[in-house]
Amino acid sequence: MKKIHFREWGIESPRYWGMLAVLAAVVAIAGFATLYMEHEGHWVTGMNNQIVWGIPHVFAIFLIVAASGALNVASIGSVFGKKVFKPLAPLSGLLAMTLLIGGLLVLVLDLGQPARLIVAMTTYNFKSIFAWNIYLYVGFLAIVAVYLFTMMERKAMGYTRSVGTFAFVWRLALTTGTGSIFGFLVARQGYDAAIMAPMFIIMSFAYGLAIYLLVLMFTFKTDGRELGDKLIARLKNLLGVFVAAVLYFTVVYHLTNLYGTENHAYEAFILRDGGIYTTLFWGGWILAGCLIPMGIIYHPALGKSRGALVAACSLVILGGFAAIYVIVIGGQAFPMAMFPDKTIIASGFYDGVNGDPLSYSPSLPEFLLGIGGIAVALLATLVAVRVLRFLPESLADDVADPHAAAKGA
Amino acid sequence: MSKQTDQGRRDFLSRAATAAAATTVAPGVFLHSVADAAPRAEPVTSKVRWGMLIDTTKCADGCTACVEACDVENGLDLIGKPEGASDAEWERQRPRWIREVKLKDNLTDRITTMPMLCQHCEFPPCVDVCPTGASFRRADGLVLVDRHTCIGCRYCMMACPYKARSFIHENVLLKSTAVPRGKGCVESCTFCVHRLDQGETTTACQDACSKDGHQAIIFGDLKDPNSAVSQAMSKYPTVEVRADLKLNTGVRYTGL
Repeated sequence: MKKIHFREWGIESPRYWGMLAVLAAVVAIAGFATLYMEHEGHWVTGMNNQIVWGIPHVFAIFLIVAASGALNVASIGSVFGKKVFKPLAPLSGLLAMTLLIGGLLVLVLDLGQPARLIVAMTTYNFKSIFAWNIYLYVGFLAIVAVYLFTMMERKAMGYTRSVGTFAFVWRLALTTGTGSIFGFLVARQGYDAAIMAPMFIIMSFAYGLAIYLLVLMFTFKTDGRELGDKLIARLKNLLGVFVAAVLYFTVVYHLTNLYGTENHAYEAFILRDGGIYTTLFWGGWILAGCLIPMGIIYHPALGKSRGALVAACSLVILGGFAAIYVIVIGGQAFPMAMFPDKTIIASGFYDGVNGDPLSYSPSLPEFLLGIGGIAVALLATLVAVRVLRFLPESLADDVADPHAAAKGA
Repeated sequence: MSKQTDQGRRDFLSRAATAAAATTVAPGVFLHSVADAAPRAEPVTSKVRWGMLIDTTKCADGCTACVEACDVENGLDLIGKPEGASDAEWERQRPRWIREVKLKDNLTDRITTMPMLCQHCEFPPCVDVCPTGASFRRADGLVLVDRHTCIGCRYCMMACPYKARSFIHENVLLKSTAVPRGKGCVESCTFCVHRLDQGETTTACQDACSKDGHQAIIFGDLKDPNSAVSQAMSKYPTVEVRADLKLNTGVRYTGL
């Protein structure tokens, strides 16, 4: 097996700085949007006392979930001993960190009192999964940083497997914690389901890998580095399995709900009568997020095309946003079942009169804050691959996996 | 002669010292004694559990006396619609601690009118989920928010089965001294804690309901068998809203 060398991302300076400038501009706009929201208060957002979590939470949760999933490629290499994945690991660890930072920034900047972050870091209620998540998220950043160090520093390489295993277990706990934010909410019909935690884990596998693949293909193509077809085929098939698993968990979640009469109204809302939420469920979560990508991945001709793979990854990401939107906003828009055998026919404070959903129309500043989180993640990634050796010089099949290449030839 | 002068100076100095001591120490002593005298200086205990019984058969359709009284008592009426906000959005964003709901039974079409407010659960989900412990339950059963440690994450609002909590979406220009509030924190019904801590035993909503002659709200100590609320609860069948969650609410309803 040839030795694999890592090298900084070497695209021409003007192009590189141009990309950074665009991303920095997006971050700056998001910064102004955030200052505006903080200064005026949340009334300038579409969030209200009926729908309390909005677009910022959709972006934040998506990024946090994707972050833990992005680490999977590294885990497969060092925990499950698949040699071919090892050169892919540094970028995987890097994306896990940058996506998490982007997501956390969005989450924190949407707080009613963001300046009190220090309170959140020093005063804990350990019955709250949120409090645990603070440890899980910060701990994840630290552990992945050490994990990256063991990958990139020759003297520490002996520890890669043990640190990688620890990081893998930690990331499972992290996504369980994120899924449990909803799983533990007994009050609302759409949540309060133990399946939320494993479903979030499998979603993280798919979203994280889709983002990873896009970043890998982009950085390699722009820098003229070779990316072997066999390697891409392996990653692509892995994505297909993850997306199928997301579909499976989605089906089980809704079938379980459909069995119990108490959940029929909620299921009718999401699956049939929920307007935007129904559209996003079928068109976004199921069709764009699962069925079309699977069709592309397993199509005999399309499955071999890089362009089609880019489309599949992009659709998985869009479907992911739709899924999180349906879970976070749809779950709140459906009125709470306070009086199970009665219909609320009038209310002084929007209780879902006659079963009407609660209304939420996201505002521009909210979107800008969310997009800013993505821009921060990408900006940090592009800076890191430029200054440190995260990317292998070549991932041609005879370099990355000579054994497979020889067998195929 | 000189002796007399000395005596005069000594008297002056001693009186001045006494006066100085009195002016510096006395206010502290006075305040201390006032504080001692007021009931709020005593720590609350679990010997009391504040609770409320709402008789829905006495709650009048179309009456909003309790809602208006709550708004005035807790300064919610001081919060104005921000300039530029739409009326519809403002109605969704404004804080509300108590609201009227009208229900129709799905089987019998029977109509019930009743107020909904924080149910002051014994096992409040809002307290469970609060990451900083800002949501807390006081020994005497009140579920409150410490607005010094609330970071405004709204997880408590996601967790509350009664939609009882409100987030302050706007800058607060005017507020009552008894009920301070700030933008970016969550709040909800306190059972008029500022009254209870001064030794009063009624809430604003209860007073307003009684004043209008409905008497639909009875408030008091659930642990005192002789309190009006305990007496009424022992006489009539009462229910909890979402009893399935087993939160042991401090607010109970009859005729629901």
